Amino acid sequence: MSIAIYIAVMAGVTYAIRMIPFAFFTKKIESKFLKSFLYYVPFAVLSAMTFPAIFYSTGNTVTAAVGTAVALILAYFDLPLIAVAISASAAAFVTGLIIL
Amino acid sequence: MKKNSDFFRGLISGIPIGLGYLSVSFGFGIMAVGSGLSVFEAFMISLTNLTSAGQAAGVDIIASGGTLIEMAAVQFVINIRYALMAISLSQKLSGRFTFGHRLLAAYGITDEIFAVCSAKDGAITPAYMYGVIIISTLGWTSGTFLGAYAGQLLPSEVTAALGLMLYGMFVAVIIPPARKHKSVLFTVVVAAVLSVLCKWLIRSLSGGISVIICAVISAALAAVIFPKEDDEE
Repeated sequence: MSIAIYIAVMAGVTYAIRMIPFAFFTKKIESKFLKSFLYYVPFAVLSAMTFPAIFYSTGNTVTAAVGTAVALILAYFDLPLIAVAISASAAAFVTGLIIL
Repeated sequence: MKKNSDFFRGLISGIPIGLGYLSVSFGFGIMAVGSGLSVFEAFMISLTNLTSAGQAAGVDIIASGGTLIEMAAVQFVINIRYALMAISLSQKLSGRFTFGHRLLAAYGITDEIFAVCSAKDGAITPAYMYGVIIISTLGWTSGTFLGAYAGQLLPSEVTAALGLMLYGMFVAVIIPPARKHKSVLFTVVVAAVLSVLCKWLIRSLSGGISVIICAVISAALAAVIFPKEDDEE
């Protein structure tokens, strides 16, 4: 299948999700369950996307595990997103240099 | 004049986002090319989607030859949070935000742009929001291009380590609120455990569908066990 069609579907769905509520929404959501559900969805999605995929992300489980540990520790101390992302990559890189 | 200065203020507010996007999308560019996409395709995905998690999942689906239905469903679930942000922002828009402006500016609702616009004092004008969006999009697309291009030149040890970058950012998004709120910690742990179980126990399940199932179950459980009060953040 053409990659252009995949990209068109991706972009179309993503835009529609942003545009429809932004352009047409005038009321507030009343359902407590729905409001709660929507609040938790981003955390659930990011967590399910990250684990276990992060352990396969460098092609070597040991370097990936070290990078993951660094990311968890720095994120726990509330460092900025970029600092966490770059440090985790750097840790995986250095570990690779040492063990491979 | 007022319009122009609002646009300028938006650009300034967006600089940290643009710089952050530049480095994170570098990782996306590398990942996309590593999955078999061309530099141009990676760039077009970033230009038309402007989102991290959705793009990463989308590239996985393209690489594994998934169906278009799966692509649409995965994008829907991963990006549905933007609908919530759009609803929230819609309450804060200035009178200048005509229907046409809403159609255009909706393109730029991301986690970070939402955060900056929500934090702005007073109503959001179209000029301000366009300023934030333009600088952010510039960072996101040029970072993707550079990563996709450099990814072909850099040594494999470097690109392998950079493959971790997007996931590192996801960790940085979910851990601080999980530390503060038991409800978020619950959501994150349940989603991660389900996702690992799916990967190990149901090998035929594609990554995208697995993310949908795990996310919907864990978010719904959290919503039942820890319903949000209106006055909470």
